[in-house]
Amino acid sequence: MLDARIVKILQDIVGKEYVSTEKADLICYSYDATQRRFLPDVVVHPGSADEVSLIMKMANAEKVPVFPRGAGSGFTGGSLPTEGGIVLVMTRLDRILQLDEENLVATVEPGVVTEDFQKAVEKVGLFYPPDPASLKFSTLGGNVAECAGGPRCVKYGVTKDFILGLEIVTPTGDIITTGGATMKGVVGYDLTKLMCGSEGTLSIITKIIIKLLPLPEAKKTMLVLFDSIDGAAQAVSAIIRGKIIPTTLEFMDAATIDCVRQATDLDVPESARALLIIEVDGDADVIAKQAKRIADIVQPLGVVETRIAETAEQSEALWQIRRSVSASLRKVNPDKFNEDICVPRSKVPDMIRRIEKIADAYDIPIVNFGHAGDGNIHVNVMIDGKVPGQQQQADAAIEEVFKGALELGGTMSGEHGVGIMKAPYIPLELSTGAVDYMKTIKRALDPNNILNPGKIFLDG
Amino acid sequence: MAKLKTLEDYREEIEQCVKCGACRAHCPVFGAEKHEGRVARGKVALAGALLEGEIGLEEKLLFDLSQCLLCGSCCAQCPNKVPTEEIVAAARREISRQKGLSTFAKGMTTVLKNQGLMNRLAKTGGVLSSVLFKKLPENSGLRLRFPAPFIDQNRTLPPITGKPFRERYPERIEGQPGQPTVAFFTGCGINYMYPDIGEAFLRAMRFLGVTVVIPAEQGCCGLPAVSAGATEVVEELADRNLKALTAQPFDCIVTACASCNAGLGKIYADLEGDYAALAAKTRDVFAFLVEQGLPARLAELPRATERILVTYHDPCHLRTRGITYEPREILKNLPQVDFVEMAAAGTCCGLGGTYSVYHYETSKKIGAKKAGHVVDSGAEIVATDCPGCIMQLQDSLNHAGAKVRVKHILDLLLEALPPSP
Repeated sequence: MLDARIVKILQDIVGKEYVSTEKADLICYSYDATQRRFLPDVVVHPGSADEVSLIMKMANAEKVPVFPRGAGSGFTGGSLPTEGGIVLVMTRLDRILQLDEENLVATVEPGVVTEDFQKAVEKVGLFYPPDPASLKFSTLGGNVAECAGGPRCVKYGVTKDFILGLEIVTPTGDIITTGGATMKGVVGYDLTKLMCGSEGTLSIITKIIIKLLPLPEAKKTMLVLFDSIDGAAQAVSAIIRGKIIPTTLEFMDAATIDCVRQATDLDVPESARALLIIEVDGDADVIAKQAKRIADIVQPLGVVETRIAETAEQSEALWQIRRSVSASLRKVNPDKFNEDICVPRSKVPDMIRRIEKIADAYDIPIVNFGHAGDGNIHVNVMIDGKVPGQQQQADAAIEEVFKGALELGGTMSGEHGVGIMKAPYIPLELSTGAVDYMKTIKRALDPNNILNPGKIFLDG
Repeated sequence: MAKLKTLEDYREEIEQCVKCGACRAHCPVFGAEKHEGRVARGKVALAGALLEGEIGLEEKLLFDLSQCLLCGSCCAQCPNKVPTEEIVAAARREISRQKGLSTFAKGMTTVLKNQGLMNRLAKTGGVLSSVLFKKLPENSGLRLRFPAPFIDQNRTLPPITGKPFRERYPERIEGQPGQPTVAFFTGCGINYMYPDIGEAFLRAMRFLGVTVVIPAEQGCCGLPAVSAGATEVVEELADRNLKALTAQPFDCIVTACASCNAGLGKIYADLEGDYAALAAKTRDVFAFLVEQGLPARLAELPRATERILVTYHDPCHLRTRGITYEPREILKNLPQVDFVEMAAAGTCCGLGGTYSVYHYETSKKIGAKKAGHVVDSGAEIVATDCPGCIMQLQDSLNHAGAKVRVKHILDLLLEALPPSP
């Protein structure tokens, strides 16, 4: 329970209506997509960087932990108030401050919803490519803090590749800017990149300067069905060897296809044991040729069928297959652990085979789909948590999956971050030296360990 | 005796919410208020906490649970199809079980239950204002709890009919031999506020030779009482309608009000048994008209030389029941209409039945967005098939200063049909 005095200070800083200690509000800001719950002591909705700065100064003086939050849609617990304290909801800061069409740069506040931003820039013929699955509701601040990815990243790169600069509030309450609005800039350390993916442990983002691209004229979607996962994986390498980088290269393994088939009236033959949804973008005449060339390149690799969408409706129907995956999985088992390992793209078939062995060994269904183009596989371990022992089985299987990814030269998280969910596994991937280096930075910037404590590292 | 599900019955559905946050993109109330307590995910969490006894009936909890239009937008987009609108309705029933109905809900449901009272109110000048607003037993506590006045001075309201629709006609209007017989469930909106829609309904049925039964004993479908958490009232109304609607033989029940269609078709389906059988026989008027081949007959009529540009608003209570094609099919075939699709046709208008009485300010914000989409479409008329939506859309368009008129599709159909023989 927080001191009433501290609540009063918070009210003085942001205004009474933006501070709540009501039980109903504490419950509503206690969770994220991990489904873990931690009740905060107080929920605060600041309205400016200055207010955030005052809050951080007070929090340092009083040693109260602060947990910044966007939409609360993360998969690793980055925004969970694990130690009570203050939840700092950044969604009031939701303005697009500037859209500079001459320099292809935008300045936004962190609470802007990613899709809203994309629609706004697309209206003037510009393009912000990062497209996490949560883009309709997650915020740009959260996307930067977690360095969100998405299907289009295979061609365009991830969130950090589009962030030119930031305004941040430091853990001790100073407001500083990093980077700037120029495409180049090498003065001092690249703090912008350091903040991208720092999961709200090093600063609170209050402004974001974003690089934009011209909006491609058109896109073309195709579905290719393969008789094996190897064919699909080889196709990925073959397409890229053929000097085409598609916008997206999404794959689904046999287990995923079976799931979707059970849940929907999916029109895919039984002989299809893997599929790729491929999209190319650019000038209309160029992409028509590219789609044709892709079809030719993949044809010898065990293709069961290729469908190229000719209309927007057909394209939508192909994407609907990918979108129906999540809901379909639920039919396998009620509880899903969605991991997001990433391996070099040539290792995707090896990784899938390893996962199949792990699923057999632990006797739990594991369903794989995701971004084949960059080797980012969404590994879904499906269990019924109410069945005794299944949780332990799942935990053990997940650890095996991580080890497998690392042995193949990959990483245990391509997109979701560490938060609290992957913190126990950090030593598997990072050396003691690397962890110490990171902790030294954290301790130096946040001497009282009050900004999002307990995230990434188990022991601050 | 009808029996509604309790909050406990929804335990499994509540657990199916994985807190992904997808509803934040689709909940109209969240879109206007931007607070986690106003979005489906938050309300499901609160309903769960209430079920577990983690939270009591605190003001904030009551407020958040009252902030739901029951529009079903979230469920339609939810990866796990968590029926938030049902969970919230069950939570409201749980609240009224523990705490009793709010004064407003008590007044409203008393009127809904009492056909004679409703008729008298209608005849003595304005059932709507009486039912919903003015003549309710009010006290200062009520005003305190709902700071928005019950009826806003600026709210556009339909003129109230002096003679309720059902009193204008005999119980059976004979059609052509060989054609189906339908029971017309009029609902309160058509009976008291928009009798012209009922007149247009009868004209369309006459055109097709359909025999219409208008059971005199039918009452409110009970949907407003579902919204208010008034368990017994819903159950009582279901019993009454079951009796009224099974008194005479007919092929199906037809509604011309989206909410009544959901009331009979969805709420009664959940009551199972005879109620579910009744639900299974319920058709939306446009689904029925399409089944009867009306679009082809409309297409045979000569196209008008001067046509009006019309767009369509999907009432939540039809959209969530999968009826989106049929109303458009009728509209597109009307000889005097050029159809244009507006952006976000399927988002809630913001009325939410009694929601707008409790939360008129939020309701107006949601309505303003909708009005913007209507105006952007360039349409002169926005057509829909729900008296509630008609009232809200006209109010929102008036606030936006737009000249667009709102009509029931049946009114447009009436204009197109040749004069009655």
